[in-house]
Amino acid sequence: MGSALLDEQQPAWAEAITDEDRTWTELPVRVATFCLVELQKIRHDRTEILTRAVQPVLWLLIFGETFNKLHAIPTGHVPYLDFLAPGIIAQSGLFVAIFYGIQIIWERDAGVLTKLLATPTPRSALVLGKSFAAGIRAFTQVCVVLVLSAILGVALTSNPLGIIGSFAAVMLGAGFFSCLSMTVAGIVLKRDRLLGIGQMITMPLFFASNALYPVRVMPGWLQALAKVNPLSYEVDALRGMLIGTPTHLLTDFGVMVLALVIGVTVSSSLIMRLAR
Amino acid sequence: MTGAAGNTDTPAILCRGLRHAFGDHLAVAGIDLTIGRGEVFGLLGPNGAGKTTTIRVLNTLLRPQAGVVRVLGYDVARSPMAVRRRLGYVPQQLSIETSLTGRENVSWFARLFDVPKRERKQRVAEALEVMGLGDAADRMAGVYSGGMIRRLELAQALVNRPQLLLLDEPTIGLDPVARDSVWMRVEELREATGMTVLLTTHYMEEAEALCDRLALMHLGTLRAEGSPEELKKGLGPTATLEDVFRHFTGEQLEGSTEASEGTEGKGGLRGIRTTRRTATRMG
Repeated sequence: MGSALLDEQQPAWAEAITDEDRTWTELPVRVATFCLVELQKIRHDRTEILTRAVQPVLWLLIFGETFNKLHAIPTGHVPYLDFLAPGIIAQSGLFVAIFYGIQIIWERDAGVLTKLLATPTPRSALVLGKSFAAGIRAFTQVCVVLVLSAILGVALTSNPLGIIGSFAAVMLGAGFFSCLSMTVAGIVLKRDRLLGIGQMITMPLFFASNALYPVRVMPGWLQALAKVNPLSYEVDALRGMLIGTPTHLLTDFGVMVLALVIGVTVSSSLIMRLAR
Repeated sequence: MTGAAGNTDTPAILCRGLRHAFGDHLAVAGIDLTIGRGEVFGLLGPNGAGKTTTIRVLNTLLRPQAGVVRVLGYDVARSPMAVRRRLGYVPQQLSIETSLTGRENVSWFARLFDVPKRERKQRVAEALEVMGLGDAADRMAGVYSGGMIRRLELAQALVNRPQLLLLDEPTIGLDPVARDSVWMRVEELREATGMTVLLTTHYMEEAEALCDRLALMHLGTLRAEGSPEELKKGLGPTATLEDVFRHFTGEQLEGSTEASEGTEGKGGLRGIRTTRRTATRMG
């Protein structure tokens, strides 16, 4: 009996069993689960929707209105407020996502992460689920910014495909930046440090992008940074779809998807550090 | 085709020469352990004995660095997903999502374990009911007491109808009433389902009340194994389980000379076991 159980070579049936590990429906199902749980959490804490909406509203109302009147930033035939609105949408997603790693550190400290990792959820599905959950959290702000922009007279698209496409762009962008955050979380392992690093990188990411001004008015070195910053591609896609500037959707979405894939790969390889 | 994975003839847990080190620190120093289906097995030992590391190898969070580990017939290193699908796990730390309700917490795990949609609602409600949380299910888990959190965690672990339940210090930090209620639920569960349970504890009372068999773990090795009765008898007619615990682990706390004796003792015990194992293999 004992020897049958302890054969050094695992027999053929064992190989067949491991196929169970590779169900392809698993990834979308797990991602949907994490998004749903995020929605439930948001439903229980509605004040957060309001508090988080303050910052983008200030950017649009104060910064946007002022520069709209100053005509200081050359945005061609597009009014500055119209130019800015997609940038602020992307920015609010960035702000949610860049601190999302705190949630995973919190879950680690609370012991929940250990339990999640002991469920039949591949690491990559956990990370992708979490990053899209960050996108879900960003959606509430996107809605606020969209509504406010419409009130302020921004000529937003009425094409439902454009709106759906923008949500997809926000999802991908927030997904990438939350992976960045979870990667940092996997390295520093401490909430305070993640907060510090998050604060250190948000503003440079924001300023070294086309969110506030067109790339062509930047000095050369900043242009180079803006070109490798996924936020620029997100903003470009949002601008194209929402206010009808020339589009490069294939490039934009291509870069965002690639960035997300790299982000998920890197942060899922680090996540076990958090399980210890 | 004997002993196919998942076949109920295979033991629930089978470890041979399991070893795991964190850097220089050898947390589990080669243990052999067999736990049959339907047993409630207690892993006893002081803090730092290696109990939690053992549990974490069994639930696939840590890869065994040496040795063979089969859970429900599946090799933990080769088929971690197959193992996870059949496990319920409650970690030492009280751990729930406080910004969800109790029901949402359980439903979350039902989804992660692929409980079919048409059964999900029913199974979630059932698990909550069994754990005595029916009335509190729609309250935010953040307001639950320690005992309720632990029972909620048990509900999370059970919603999947696992074949093996791993409980790491299930009643640590709970008041006596909460502790009793957790014990009672585990007892009921075991009677109702015949599920295999492995729990770690350093409460002798808990080990005695719940477990069919016990193993005493100390400094990464198993020092003794048997039913609570056997272990007590082995030490003398009036020995309590606490005496057994002290006998196998206590000397370590007092001095290094005695500590080395303890290690020798272990060598002897392991020697016997290795011989026995070889004999089994040959036979």
